[in-house]
Amino acid sequence: MSLNQANKFGFVINPSRLIDYDSSDRKVRDYVTLREPSFKLCFACGGCTAACTAGQHTSFNLRRMITYIRRGEIEPLRDEVTRCMLCGKCLLVCPRGVNTRNVVAVTAEAISKLDRNEL
Amino acid sequence: MNSEFFITPFNLGLYFILIYSVVRSTVWFRNLSRSDKLRLQRGFFGRPFMDSLREIFMESLLHRKIFRKNPVLGYMHMSLAFGWFLLIVFGTIEADFFGEKHLNPPSHAIFFRWFNPEHGAEGFARIYNVWMDLLLAFILSGLLLAVIKRFIPGMVGMKKRTRHTWTDRVALISLWLIFPSRLFAESFTCGAHGSGSFLTGNLGAALASFLPAAEIAPWFWWLYSLSLGIFFLLLPVSRYFHIPIELFLIFMRNSGINTGDRSSSYTEVQTHACSSCGVCISVCQMSYAAGINDIQSVYFIKGLRNDRDIAAITANCLMCGRCEEVCPVGIELGPMRLIERRQGEREDGTLRLAGKYSLMRKRSSIEKIPTQSYGYLVREEPQKADVLFFAGCMTHLTPSVIVAMKKIMESAGVKYRFMDEKGGVCCGRPLMLAGRDREARELINHNSDIIWKSGAQILVTSCPICYKVFRESYYLDATVMHHSEFINLLIEEGSLRLGYLHKKVVYHDPCELGRGSGIYDEPRAVISYVAELQQASQERNMSLCCGGSLGNLTLSSDKRALIAADAARTLTMSCPDELITACPLCKKTFVQSTKTKVSDIAELVAAALPRPAVKAVKKRATRAAVKATGNS
Ligand code: SF4
Ligand code: SF4
Ligand code: SF4
Ligand code: SF4
Ligand code: SF4
Repeated sequence: MSLNQANKFGFVINPSRLIDYDSSDRKVRDYVTLREPSFKLCFACGGCTAACTAGQHTSFNLRRMITYIRRGEIEPLRDEVTRCMLCGKCLLVCPRGVNTRNVVAVTAEAISKLDRNEL
Repeated sequence: MNSEFFITPFNLGLYFILIYSVVRSTVWFRNLSRSDKLRLQRGFFGRPFMDSLREIFMESLLHRKIFRKNPVLGYMHMSLAFGWFLLIVFGTIEADFFGEKHLNPPSHAIFFRWFNPEHGAEGFARIYNVWMDLLLAFILSGLLLAVIKRFIPGMVGMKKRTRHTWTDRVALISLWLIFPSRLFAESFTCGAHGSGSFLTGNLGAALASFLPAAEIAPWFWWLYSLSLGIFFLLLPVSRYFHIPIELFLIFMRNSGINTGDRSSSYTEVQTHACSSCGVCISVCQMSYAAGINDIQSVYFIKGLRNDRDIAAITANCLMCGRCEEVCPVGIELGPMRLIERRQGEREDGTLRLAGKYSLMRKRSSIEKIPTQSYGYLVREEPQKADVLFFAGCMTHLTPSVIVAMKKIMESAGVKYRFMDEKGGVCCGRPLMLAGRDREARELINHNSDIIWKSGAQILVTSCPICYKVFRESYYLDATVMHHSEFINLLIEEGSLRLGYLHKKVVYHDPCELGRGSGIYDEPRAVISYVAELQQASQERNMSLCCGGSLGNLTLSSDKRALIAADAARTLTMSCPDELITACPLCKKTFVQSTKTKVSDIAELVAAALPRPAVKAVKKRATRAAVKATGNS
């Protein structure tokens, strides 16, 4: 409601991007780093996102997903991770040699493990 | 005389293995699907049966395929299998013919010399003896090779040898002991009685000259019987189980049973039919180019057999299919791996001895839990078209291929619609390769819907990965063509006029197009039409994988680069002007690892189009093209 009202004045209040390290959950990050070490190499250039097949149909964004993982923000990750088609275009454009497809696959695995309390 | 104790271990082993085989094959048969049962029953009466018998003779006894690959290894297998077979056959005839009565128990044939020590002094029996000795010598020569191979693998031309478990080792030792102990047992008996032919007779005489032959002989008969008995007892839990199982496999395959997409008795039979010959190791690029030596098919199969947790091995493979191409047993290694990839998580159930004897493995068969979902895709109404062009996602990363295809189709006057011009949806094959079939179905349904609604008669794609899945997993009315096939068709029907490029080129068969879909000739026809095609040292069904394969989810980029560099080096050995491929992924991968210019077949053809845009020959090419495929 407050957002709409703010709009009347020509302003938009962005959702807070404050990272709360107390609520950050590193389990997924640790799991992904262990299973796909090349995850660490990503320097957030966004090449993958520009090439992404799924990204042409929906708001999926691999770079953002990687950021979520790194920050330990699990909630937005849940939905994000389901959208990738594993097509592999991102793999070919990544300048850092991140095994992007496996990052997605392993993250999805981590989430479902988290839901089953196995992580 | 018949009450010799030493035959007991042999008899025990023999009757155990006979009963076990019958029970186990019955269980397998019962677990076949209804249609497969029917196939097998039909196969038993008719041509498949004769084919199977011939194949068993050529492959299981003579080992023709291994022979072709490696004559020394072939001789080794043949002398052991065929030699032993002949020894049993002629031994049985001998016992029947020369023994005191007909229809003897098997032990009489096996221990014939013990029961008839004086036999073979003159006449026909003497000649028969020479023959039996020859057979024994034949087997022993093969055994000698086997021993050499075990300790110095390089001598027999094997690059790598396979690793063994302890049951394998005990079985191996007992197998190795069988024939030497027979040699000495017969020789000592012959030496004591002054009988025997060139081998047993001479050796026997020599040994008897300084040893108490009559006393020593029983010990070797014991050893002979024990090694046979132990070998038979361990057979079902050792790698040698493949010998009887391969016969089942041949019967099943010739009856028309194939792996399909779920585990069954047939996958179970295939797991046990692997002879651990190691042929698949030496062709695997993961091994010789990337130095990864624990994922090859032989280890994959061994893991299945021992019920290990092999998820990592299963995933780390290019799915290039080279190993399947050379496997002398003909195991469908690709489909087997895919079935395993579909598996959800499972425990590592490293089998104890008793478990290995169990009749039917209960590997869990829970499918992976779906993690992806594509509810966000919007179905659009496509425009009608006779020819639908689907570039494929990868092709969008090589825009020059799309430009070339557009030029070619325009020049030939093809009226087409570009299905994924504004970015399409993945064909689903990468998901299937990752063992996510259920999610792939969503994409397949989405794309199928568009293709059906477009009313297309021909679906042209530039990506072999898409090509394979369109052909195999989509239910379509349209004829699916890879662009190399389509260009070939345009050339053949005369709607494409091309010049000749004075270039020497070499062609790389993409895995999914060549081995995966059996398209070898059309690309070559197209290339030879516009340029000079050189031969590559590894081509057609043995072509290399570029290393970029989407079949491998876990392989790191530096390992991929090693494979790509090695493949590019092999392909450009003859210093061609251009390296031609027919897959955007191969192109992308090779570009980074060779100095030679890499082009797609479409780009090569586009370069051969006449320069000034002459009026395209509009002979209603589309109609003709449609008619030519017999689908109008
Ligand atoms: S694999 Fe997933 S993230 Fe990468 S380009 Fe394809 S859809 Fe996008
Ligand atoms: S292209 Fe590679 S480095 Fe760039 S954001 Fe994507 S994963 Fe990270
Ligand atoms: S899979 Fe085939 S090639 Fe490989 S070891 Fe087994 S039988 Fe030999
Ligand atoms: S499919 Fe290719 S990569 Fe996989 S094991 Fe066979 S040869 Fe090696
Ligand atoms: S197979 Fe590869 S190139 Fe073809 S549509 Fe799927 S992801 Fe794209």
